[in-house]
Amino acid sequence: MIALIRKVPLDPGFDFIGKRKICLIFSAFLVLASMGIFLVQGLNFGVDFRGGILIEIRTDGPADLAELRSELNGLGLGEVTLQEFGEPTDVLINVQRQDGEEAAQNEAIETVKAALGDRVVEYRRVEFVGPKVGEELREAGILATVLALGGIALYIWFRFEWQFAVAALTALTHDVIATVGFFALMQIEFNLATLAAVLTIAGYSINDTVVIFDRAREELRRYKRRPVLDILNMAVNRTVSRTAMTSLTTLLALFALAFFGGEVIRGFSMGLIWGIVVGTFSSVGLAIPLLHLMKLRASHVAPPEPTSQEAT
Amino acid sequence: MIKIPRWQVIGTLLIVVLGILYALPNLVPKQEAGELPSWAPHQQVNLGLDLSGGSYLLAEVDLEGVYQEMLNDTLDGVRSALREQRIGYTNLRADGNAVVFDLRDDMGLDRLQEVFGALLSNTLMTQEEGNQIRIEVTDQARLERRNAVMQQTLEIIRRRIDETGTREPSIQRQGDDRVLIQLPGIEDPEGVKDLIGKTAKLTFRMVRTDVVAGQDSIPPGTEVLLSEEPGPNGEAIRYVVEKRVMVSGENLSNAQPTFQDGEPVVSIRFDSVGSKRFGQATSENVGRPFAIILDGEVISAPRINEAILGGSAIISGSFTTKESSDLALLLRAGALPASLTYIEERTVGPGLGADSIRAGEIACILGMVAVLIFMGVVYGFFGMIANIALVANLILILAALSVLQATLTLPGIAGIVLTIGMAVDANVLIFERIREEVHYNNRSPVTAIDNGYRRALTTILDSNITTLIAASLLFFFGTGPVKGFAVTLAIGLITSMFTAIMFARLITVTWLRRKRPQSLPI
Repeated sequence: MIALIRKVPLDPGFDFIGKRKICLIFSAFLVLASMGIFLVQGLNFGVDFRGGILIEIRTDGPADLAELRSELNGLGLGEVTLQEFGEPTDVLINVQRQDGEEAAQNEAIETVKAALGDRVVEYRRVEFVGPKVGEELREAGILATVLALGGIALYIWFRFEWQFAVAALTALTHDVIATVGFFALMQIEFNLATLAAVLTIAGYSINDTVVIFDRAREELRRYKRRPVLDILNMAVNRTVSRTAMTSLTTLLALFALAFFGGEVIRGFSMGLIWGIVVGTFSSVGLAIPLLHLMKLRASHVAPPEPTSQEAT
Repeated sequence: MIKIPRWQVIGTLLIVVLGILYALPNLVPKQEAGELPSWAPHQQVNLGLDLSGGSYLLAEVDLEGVYQEMLNDTLDGVRSALREQRIGYTNLRADGNAVVFDLRDDMGLDRLQEVFGALLSNTLMTQEEGNQIRIEVTDQARLERRNAVMQQTLEIIRRRIDETGTREPSIQRQGDDRVLIQLPGIEDPEGVKDLIGKTAKLTFRMVRTDVVAGQDSIPPGTEVLLSEEPGPNGEAIRYVVEKRVMVSGENLSNAQPTFQDGEPVVSIRFDSVGSKRFGQATSENVGRPFAIILDGEVISAPRINEAILGGSAIISGSFTTKESSDLALLLRAGALPASLTYIEERTVGPGLGADSIRAGEIACILGMVAVLIFMGVVYGFFGMIANIALVANLILILAALSVLQATLTLPGIAGIVLTIGMAVDANVLIFERIREEVHYNNRSPVTAIDNGYRRALTTILDSNITTLIAASLLFFFGTGPVKGFAVTLAIGLITSMFTAIMFARLITVTWLRRKRPQSLPI
């Protein structure tokens, strides 16, 4: 039976840590660029967060976008954007949040439907989020993100030393910012599902980081006298095949999702793919060099708990 | 030799077998799932509205209006009680949630208590500087009223939806003043939405013909209402109607759509109280018009030709057939105690839902096949073990979703696909450790495998628990589809830990015992 893994060295002996300056510069660039794009372009918020109306229709033939666009924009509902959605017959209509109370939003849906008339064979989706709910969802979203990052950092602090928690939290924030930047750059709709994608990336990236940290701590305990840099480098090298393997299988599954999972979650999958790549990079290129920057010493690492002692 | 305790072996196998049993009903079409033998599990995965198609509606009840009404009732009551008892007062007004007025002569709160009687049951009356009396509606009273209004609203909505024949609707109160309505698989969401949202408050009141709206001043106790349909000149007709209600929709015993002279109309029947009142009012007012008013609009204003004593009447008003049957339905189900506004709507047509399921299935299968092939090629024999664990993992996720009756949403499917990719992680961690044990430490196959599992364990736990933290926060703070994603992600993490640590290890150890290999193919 073939098993390519036998050709993969256990310790490729690559000088990861020697590239730490380049990695840190790249990370800083990524974060600054993401923030810049975010400030300049802003996020393309979906109805979940900005409030407004989203209607997905299927027309009887290929839709005449230009005609529909000028017609719907003449309704006095403010900005109405249209885009083809997956098929030439499918159109996604975004109506901006209406001034006034929720009742005004409901009327706008009626107005658009009346204008579309018989051309629509099927209303595939109607989503409407009132200003009040939009604001609540925004607050809940920010709260969830902050709590998720905080909760993860607390757990790491509890399981490791503070240097690890700070490094992990920095790497996580880096991933979240870089992903938000990606959504801003691509102008992929940012909605509840994309927010979930961002938090999943946080979960995945920390998973990756923890595996390497775990190894670093183990080696620090074993080789108390060797230079910390060498040990960190060894920890990365000895986990790199696993890091690559897991990232590859996850990316395989996600590409299947992005290409075949349907138009509705394409943006979501693209965000995840980008996030997995960034998250994998940050575990090796950011979290580990940060441990070194914080002058981690073997003496900082608490002695192993009795349970993991028995091996060797 | 590695010893796995017997209870662990039995427990692991039991969970896998039960998983297969509970996942099985999902393979048959929904109709046939009910016909499975009674001893077999027959719960299927619960599909979210974004997959099954249907409407998610969040509506807000106008409680401010209800409180305002409470205050107005008190104000009216106070005014008429004071007039009746010929007690001098000035400056009667509403102030915040209280009714305030100045007494001409101080008479003591006890005397006022007597005058107002039951009117004060939900209020607190105090005398302030001078002769100012303040009657405040208590928070307790507002709370009780709120709960009563919410309960009645839910009940009326349920009745209306039941009348439309929608299957398995879910109607829940959310927070103080919100109602969440979930309607799976409805054909005409817009129609149902309209039907639920109508207050449907029906009243019969006399029309004043001696004053003309827009010319004369409006006498006290009357108001101007517009007609629902435009009049002959294209504009709505303005009626001056009395505020006093002859009969209201509460006194109906039945309402049915029917035809009169080929026009769709609604025939109504009053209950005994309603018949008596309507009979009396019509016999006293022969020759004068009365207005049939629905939600503040005049549907029609017929002239009373003779006393109507039979307790039934016809509402006509240039309806379409659908309008007349909708109105009859609303009248049968009763009026909402307060008006309703939609603040969030998510409707997915059946077409998109079906497309999403198909796309999700394809993505799942393709992702799965890609990962299976990859693992097989890279890890060979051990890859096959990981693959068995991966398949078991997917089965267990399906089973857990069915048993917990958690809702599977589109992002939930994405969660499953992601889990497929991430699930091999635990196995990869273990295999890499085994590899090190073999190549660095020259361990025998048995020791290598034993150490490999043991050393990878804490890493697996640490890395999965951190992801679980993220998933649980998504669950608690997310709504709808996102919650669904968090559920599948969390279930996937737990099942993937189980399949890697327990199930795959069982297979590996069994293989070790049988074959007693000299070296490991890794």
